[in-house]
Amino acid sequence: MTRIEAVVNGKKVTKTVDDNRLLVTFLREDLGLTGTHVGCDTTQCGACVVNIDGDTVKSCTSLAAGANGCSITTIEGVAHGERLHRVQEAFHRHHALQCGYCTPGLIITAIDIIEKAQGPLDEATVRQELKGNLCRCTGYQNIVSAILDAAEKYAMSSVSKVA
Amino acid sequence: MNPFTLHRPSAIDLISAMLASSSDPKFLAGGMTLLPSMKLGLITPSDLIDLTSLPAFGEISNEGRRLSVGAGATHAAVANERRIRELCPALGRLAGKIGDRHVRNRGTIGGSLANNDPAADYPAAILALDATIHTDRREIGSSDFFRGIFETALDEHELITSIEFEAPERAAYAKFPHPASGYALAGVFVCRGDSYVRVAVTGVGSDGAFRLQELEGKLEAQFEASVVDTIDLSALEFFEDRHGSRAYRENLVRVMARQAIAEIAAVDGA
Repeated sequence: MTRIEAVVNGKKVTKTVDDNRLLVTFLREDLGLTGTHVGCDTTQCGACVVNIDGDTVKSCTSLAAGANGCSITTIEGVAHGERLHRVQEAFHRHHALQCGYCTPGLIITAIDIIEKAQGPLDEATVRQELKGNLCRCTGYQNIVSAILDAAEKYAMSSVSKVA
Repeated sequence: MNPFTLHRPSAIDLISAMLASSSDPKFLAGGMTLLPSMKLGLITPSDLIDLTSLPAFGEISNEGRRLSVGAGATHAAVANERRIRELCPALGRLAGKIGDRHVRNRGTIGGSLANNDPAADYPAAILALDATIHTDRREIGSSDFFRGIFETALDEHELITSIEFEAPERAAYAKFPHPASGYALAGVFVCRGDSYVRVAVTGVGSDGAFRLQELEGKLEAQFEASVVDTIDLSALEFFEDRHGSRAYRENLVRVMARQAIAEIAAVDGA
């Protein structure tokens, strides 16, 4: 057993977990944050992607105990109360979710792609960066359009963070 | 996953006691191969020793053109590190093409080398760069390190601490990735210095990555992509599977080698 202290979506969390507890299980079952999904469970599909200390990580292949001292953002932590995150809005506008199963991982990934972009994003870069996120509805065209749209609006705004 | 005890040493000299108190311990770095293998029940260690809390374990530094890459350096760190971009950009580009962005944020160079997957990218780079593998016990030359598929010269619980090499004047890596896994169906790393050319191949060898000495000699005499057509690959041990016959993989090696040589020649001509 390992005692972990982490910040999840801005709130401090202290729990004791089994050493073999996966991070995705911890988020979903111990914290009730079921927005993060398990898709393939084999480190391929990206439905379980969360942001840990500023980097996107597949939570199905991370240990909960390893998150001690980390700051984690899941899909539940990106909106501002009732107001959707700008990237969520863009996904909504572009019909970038079909069944919605891969969407949480894609939103977390998209936010990170936009925040780390050095200069304007182009379609080829976005598609390259999305290699770790699979959409079984194959809705990539609209997903890419949504990310490019959100990136453009982000570039035009004066805020330093995607919000 | 099977139950295990996780240890998170904060210093390297705490590890030996942890190993001694464990019946079947394994080192955990990024976990991008180890954890999926454990989830599938392929390996069931009693204890995991998480190396990610060790101070400076992923540090990248240089003295002139000699680069040292800490074993815990993630693929993302290698891809984005300024020193690597300046001194050996081919290695940075190789790291940037491993897996996907999420895997690159976790997977480490030391973990990849210790695992020695026959289709991994790093082994080709380490052989072509003639890098030295530093462990907690000794230094191992690249030519002694790889010992066949998933086998290395590492003794039980010997820990890679860093990888050191002289940045070559020119280097390039060309890879044909498997479209699903991203692993190399064939990858060729070429580097050239003042008086040498070294070429290493991954993704095709039944004993893992290997140096392609015949091509090295011919390229030292004449550094041109067309030289690739004159080498004989028939004596080399290739593996065949449903993803590619021997003939297909032989051809891929030639195509990747030509691409890497042409990339270097283009930089020469620029």
